[in-house]
Amino acid sequence: MIEIKTKGDCVICILEGVLNGTEHIDVSASQVSNKKIQLVGQNIDSWNTDFVITLFNAFKQVSKENITYSNLPKGMEQLLRLAFQTPYKEEENPPQKLPFLEFIGEYGLRFCRSVKKGTMFIRECLSSWGRQLIGKAVYRSKDFWMILADCGPKSILIVSLISFMVGLILAFVGAIQLKTFGAQIYVASLVTIGMTRIMGAIMTGVIMAGRTGASYAATIGTMQVNEELDALQTMGISRTDFLVLPRMNALLLSMPILILLSDIMGIVGGCFVCVLFWDIPLAEYIKYAVNSFYLTNFLVGVFHGIVFGLIIALCGCYFGVNCGRNADSVGTATTQAVVYAIVWMIVMTGILTAICEGLGV
Amino acid sequence: MKQDPMIRVKNLSIGYDGKVIMKDLSFDISKGDIFIIMGGSGCGKSTLLRTLTGLIPAQSGQIWIQGIDFINTNSKEKLEIMKHSGILYQSGALFSSMTLAENVALPLQQYTSYSQDKISQIVAFKLALVGLSGYEDYYPSEISGGMRKRAGLARALALDPEIVYFDEPSAGLDPVSSKNLDDLILEINRTLGTTIIVVTHELSSIFSIGKNSIFLDKTVRTISAKGNPNELLKNPPNQQVYEFLTRGAQYEK
Repeated sequence: MIEIKTKGDCVICILEGVLNGTEHIDVSASQVSNKKIQLVGQNIDSWNTDFVITLFNAFKQVSKENITYSNLPKGMEQLLRLAFQTPYKEEENPPQKLPFLEFIGEYGLRFCRSVKKGTMFIRECLSSWGRQLIGKAVYRSKDFWMILADCGPKSILIVSLISFMVGLILAFVGAIQLKTFGAQIYVASLVTIGMTRIMGAIMTGVIMAGRTGASYAATIGTMQVNEELDALQTMGISRTDFLVLPRMNALLLSMPILILLSDIMGIVGGCFVCVLFWDIPLAEYIKYAVNSFYLTNFLVGVFHGIVFGLIIALCGCYFGVNCGRNADSVGTATTQAVVYAIVWMIVMTGILTAICEGLGV
Repeated sequence: MKQDPMIRVKNLSIGYDGKVIMKDLSFDISKGDIFIIMGGSGCGKSTLLRTLTGLIPAQSGQIWIQGIDFINTNSKEKLEIMKHSGILYQSGALFSSMTLAENVALPLQQYTSYSQDKISQIVAFKLALVGLSGYEDYYPSEISGGMRKRAGLARALALDPEIVYFDEPSAGLDPVSSKNLDDLILEINRTLGTTIIVVTHELSSIFSIGKNSIFLDKTVRTISAKGNPNELLKNPPNQQVYEFLTRGAQYEK
């Protein structure tokens, strides 16, 4: 039980019996802030920390000099003294919810800032690219070969598997529709054109964004956390030369080869379905596939792949370089690298398709 | 004639994104000094170091390094100044994909035209200086925290810098490793005459190596004491400095 009495500028708090935190202390901040508080214990049977918390919250604005303790259990007094040790401070600039229009404005400004930052980064990368052409860019060839090995040969298995499955799916779905016209044999053409023109590039792009783009962002982001990027900067070594160029080069080199592999595996996947499930003879499938193979389609696919490689490298490196300095930010950077790479790849596919349509390719 | 200070800072304000953390910072660091930047956690010591090394822009004020206006000079001259400076970061900041030898060799490959042989010799010598002979082919993940810091120091010393900055050298080290690193700092200062700037709040380091110091006071957001740390302990100018240097002992005027 708690009893409160006011005598002049003194507030006397008598605590007695069982104190378990269910008590209600009916005082306002203005009533107690400049007063002396006397906490007096009388036959206290038991107490717990919930009660101490209730008491502290009621008097938290009172400075420690204005509180006196008498006859309180030792633990309770020590706990209260410890709690009142730090002077009370109002929360500084509590986060405020912005009005709707200000929120839109703030969001717009943030968007403009990030566009500017992204553009500056691309400009930095282009100048590194230029320096590379005149042999002035600094990066270790050992790093380049290691990165190339990671994004090229080590990606073969996953690219092959996924492309095989995509070819398989294309053939299944296509054959069901074409069967109604008795034209299952054209599945070979559908798979070949689909894979070489765009599906091979898109599937390889998505795999590489998830595999390599994420790894770029995580590696560079961790370097940021470990102050390695600061060390580079203070050594006067360009981060785009040293970190972005080898990664960009490795992806630009491996993407066309992976796309070729993806095209072949997709066509093989289609063949697998046609021969095993739709009773199309192997020779027929090959004949139709070869007839439907156009170099233009293949080159358009490879060009898409090169653009995707550039997007993946830029997104991975950009979010890595701009990563914060804790473990959480590395996770965020990795997620953003993959999401932005995939979104930009789809946007670029739309743009490139429209351009190809315009050019009649 | 009095020699120009190695570093002169005048009315410097530091912070991030237009937010000022510390203001009106003015101090001189003379050649061959061991200068301690001390203060409580979160007071802006590392921000000051990052500003002095050009990693973040100053909010206002001036910095001269070896007589050159470091804030307003062009990037080429800034690079030239940084070539004569070495930095040991809190974590060592070694490149994890490179061996210790490759880490130390990197600034040499970047700024000198030495042959690979000569670079290997310099690397072996610098690693020997910090007591890491024989560890040339180890990767940073294969050695202890103290060794990583020493390897970071070897890299910082690669180009025989005139100024070496240390960001919390004792952080995360056991007392013996921390003392060994302090001894190494003293040794480098004595033998090479290098100007050394140390950001720390480790009292044993402050008293054992510091020749001069400034105390960054969070309560007034500027420097509230300057001088030799041992002198400051004898004649503390204010409560904050006294409490800091005595681990919170009660201050009596």
